[in-house]
Amino acid sequence: MLDCNQSSSREISSGSGPLTPIAMAGPVKLSRRRRVNDTDEKHTQPVWIDEMLRVRDSRDKAAFSALFSHFAPRIKGYLIKSGADATTAEECAQDVMTTLWRKADQFDPTRASVTTWIFTIARNRRIDMLRRDRRPDPEDLPWGPAPEPEQSHVLELQQESARLVEAVSNLPQNQRKLIEQAYFGEMTQAEIVEITGLPLGTIKSRLRLALDRLRHSLK
Amino acid sequence: MTNTNTSPAPNAIKHHLDEATLLAYAAGILPEAFNLIVATHISMCDTCRADAQAYDAVGGALLDDATAPVSADCLAQTLAMLDGLGAAPVKQATTGDFPAPLHDYVGGDLDSIRWRPVGMGVKQAILPTSKGATARLLFIPAGAAMPNHSHNGTELTLVLKGAFQDADGYFARGDIEIADSDVQHIPVADIHEDCICLAVTDAPLRFEGLLPRILQKFVRM
Repeated sequence: MLDCNQSSSREISSGSGPLTPIAMAGPVKLSRRRRVNDTDEKHTQPVWIDEMLRVRDSRDKAAFSALFSHFAPRIKGYLIKSGADATTAEECAQDVMTTLWRKADQFDPTRASVTTWIFTIARNRRIDMLRRDRRPDPEDLPWGPAPEPEQSHVLELQQESARLVEAVSNLPQNQRKLIEQAYFGEMTQAEIVEITGLPLGTIKSRLRLALDRLRHSLK
Repeated sequence: MTNTNTSPAPNAIKHHLDEATLLAYAAGILPEAFNLIVATHISMCDTCRADAQAYDAVGGALLDDATAPVSADCLAQTLAMLDGLGAAPVKQATTGDFPAPLHDYVGGDLDSIRWRPVGMGVKQAILPTSKGATARLLFIPAGAAMPNHSHNGTELTLVLKGAFQDADGYFARGDIEIADSDVQHIPVADIHEDCICLAVTDAPLRFEGLLPRILQKFVRM
C-alpha cells in the first residue's frame, strides 16, 4: 500500500512464526524509523495502517507486537493521567490491546486513524474501570467497513488525521491544557463549554464524505 | 416496519447536538443518561456521527503524547492471551422505531414500554441509568401539549416518532432539542401522530401549575 509501511512490514515479517526475542525487538527499530518519517513526510505516510490490516486480515502476531510496543505505553499513560494506578493501568492497557485483536475486523481506515480507533477502545475501558457511568455506543452502520476501500479515500482520511495531530500539538499551551483536562476526565460537562475553536472543520467534512460514500455503496 | 424508520434520509435531520456535548461524549465524561441520548441520536444522524468521530480524533491526538513504560513481560503475557479469543460482537442496527442503544435500555421496541400516566394524556417511562441525570421516554398524544415546565439544568429532547413544535421550532424524528434553564417551553405534539420522545435532564423538571406539581412528587418528574 505504502512504501514506508511495506518496507517496514517486510522487516517485521521476517521474524514471524513463533515469536522470538529478535522479532519482538523489531518494533523498537521500526518506531525509530517511523519518527524520522513523521518529520520528513508528515502528511504523506499514514502510520500503523499496514500493521492493523495485517492483524485484521491474517491475524499477524508480529504486526500485533509492533502495535503493542507503540500503543500499550500510550494507553497506560492515558489511563494513569485519568486517575488509575500503574498496575491497573497496565492491566487495562493489555485489555485494550486484546480488544483490538478481537475487534480488528471492525476497523475502517476510511473513517479513523489507528490512534483514534485505539483511543476509543481505551476511553471505553477507562469508563468501565472507573465504574462511573455506562457509555452506550451508537449502533454500527448496517454494512460495516467496505472490504476493499479505495486507497485514495484511506489516504485522505489518514492524512487529515495526521494534520489534526499536528494542529492539536501546535495549539496555544493553555488551550491544549484545557483539552487534555477534558479528555483525561478532570472537567465537568459544564466546564467543557469553555473549549472552543478546535481545528476540526476539514476532518469533519472528510468524515461526512466517508459516511456518504458508504451509504451510496450500499444502494 | 421498514429500515428507513431507523435511518432517516441523512439530510432530513435539522436539529443537531451541540459541540460541547459531542466533545464531552468523545471524552467520556457525560452522565449515563446523556450518553444514551447522544448514542441514540448519532445512530440516526450521520452529521453528528461524523462530528463525534472528529472529537474522537482529538482524543487520538492526545494519546500520542501520553506514555508510561510497560513492564518487560507485558507483551509476552498479552500475546499468550490472544489464542482462542473470538471476534467481538457487532452492535447491529435495529429495524424498529428505536435505534440499538435505546432498544437495549428498553429491552425491546415501542410495544415493550410500560407507560405511566402523568396527566392530560401525557405518559412517561423512566429508564434505568446512573444518578446525576435522568432519562425518560415521553408520550404526548397527537395535538396535545406537554405540561408547562422549566428546569434547572440542561434538557435534551430527541424525537423518536411523530413531531412537536415549540418556540424553538419544529422537531421531527431524529431531531434533538437542547434547552437550558432559561427556556420555559411548551412542546405541542403535531396533530397527525402521537409523539414519542426521549428526554434527558440533569436536574428535576419543575412543572408550573398546581396539579402537575402535586403529581411531580409521585411520578419523579
